[in-house]
Amino acid sequence: MNNSLVRLKSVSKTFADKPILQNISMEINQGEITTLIGPNGAGKSSLIRLILGLITPDKGTIEKTPNLTVGYMPQKVNIDPTLPISTCRFLQLANTSHEECHNALELAGIPEVKNTPFHKLSGGEMQRVLLARSILRKPNLLVLDEPVQGVDFNGQNELYGLIGKLRSSLNCGIVMVSHDLHLVMSATDHVICLNHHICCQGKPEQVTQDPAYLDIFGETAFYNHKHNHQHSLKGEVLDSDGTHRHGEGCQHD
Amino acid sequence: MIDFLIYALLAGLGLAAVAGPLGCFVVWRRMAYFGDTLAHSALLGVALGVLLNIDLGIAVAAVCLIMALGLVALEQQGVLALDTLLGILSHSALAAGLVVISLLSDIRVDLMSLLFGDLLSVTASDLWVIYTGAAVAIILLTTLWKPLISITVEPDLAAVEGINVARIRTALMLITALVIAVAMKIVGVLLITALLIIPAAAARRVCATPELMAVTASLVAMASVISGLAASWYIDTPAGPSIVISAALLFCFSLSFKQKA
Repeated sequence: MNNSLVRLKSVSKTFADKPILQNISMEINQGEITTLIGPNGAGKSSLIRLILGLITPDKGTIEKTPNLTVGYMPQKVNIDPTLPISTCRFLQLANTSHEECHNALELAGIPEVKNTPFHKLSGGEMQRVLLARSILRKPNLLVLDEPVQGVDFNGQNELYGLIGKLRSSLNCGIVMVSHDLHLVMSATDHVICLNHHICCQGKPEQVTQDPAYLDIFGETAFYNHKHNHQHSLKGEVLDSDGTHRHGEGCQHD
Repeated sequence: MIDFLIYALLAGLGLAAVAGPLGCFVVWRRMAYFGDTLAHSALLGVALGVLLNIDLGIAVAAVCLIMALGLVALEQQGVLALDTLLGILSHSALAAGLVVISLLSDIRVDLMSLLFGDLLSVTASDLWVIYTGAAVAIILLTTLWKPLISITVEPDLAAVEGINVARIRTALMLITALVIAVAMKIVGVLLITALLIIPAAAARRVCATPELMAVTASLVAMASVISGLAASWYIDTPAGPSIVISAALLFCFSLSFKQKA
């Protein structure tokens, strides 16, 4: 199974003299969901853009499997309201047929928005449409940047459930950014805690199997993540006594 | 006596055909000020063309293109906001054009016609240039239509799906430079952007797809050319500004329609 789709080796990226990512090594495997968590400005989106090939690393290498087809769900899409475009047409920009677009919308659970103008979609519909677009080219790697952003709690549950289903139906690897430290779907196989460097990574623990708990939260569970350090307001790594602590491969002063 | 009117009409219609779709991109991508900057630098192109004794159309297109590429380079530095950069470039280029033209003492350049167009003096050879330029621009826009829409909607998605965003963006700049070189003769450097954005804005009210909007914008631009020329003929107003006023009136009329989609 452990079929590596993308492998980052000691990747670093600097923007305007600010080190955004330092010495990142990680692997994305087929059939696995990897979740990136971390505070604002931790470099999550930059890491996503590196994986997508939209930016190139200053140091380190990114190896991709030769037959990689990437589906990407951006955080949001801002189309100028002067551009009249229906949802169906938006999906067809991915070079697919009308029928495939219909199927993707069906899969995303919103076949009814097919003819809705794109800029009239609600927040939740928008996220589902973007998810539908990301799966149109039958990707073996799905990259989702904050897929539940702006979606209400029930909607978040549904979307996470949908993403879990996509993983098995497409048999793809998934990298997902989550802004939320506490709420990560239970189906996540691998969590990477990022704050310019990889603070820690591993399997999430499920807090509870309690039926009452699942009744309330459905598929989601509170993610029990033991941090071996804290972060200052600036996002710097602090030890429990409040001093900066260097993680493995942390190269800054 | 009717020859020049027919030439003027044909020239205007040729420009209107390409102004529709290109104007849509200017509106969708919020490039109005960008178009202004290129148009204003066209005057500098004319001045340099006269100075170096090269074809004016080529000189204008070249200066516009250099301007566009320079703008991209400056923008990537991220020191100043885009509208500030555009303002600096736009007015410096216009001023430089005016100064260089004033220095060309041995050649008389009709400044008014450069600024506001001189549609009624279009000749048969001008028509060839206008139609060749417009045809090339329309062919490029049509061939690149899908990737152009794609990068306008969301450049990152387009890039992930395999579109070379930088190349398509450069192509759009090339097309814009080309159309400005063509349009200068017709409406002059100060009014080119108006002919691009007003018909597109009017078309938006009544259209629900990008293609329909592009075609409708062309039709609105054509109607503006016809009515502007008619006004110019019957009440003796300058042709270029009359065309722009007609477009503005059509835009006002479009406001009476309910917004589509």
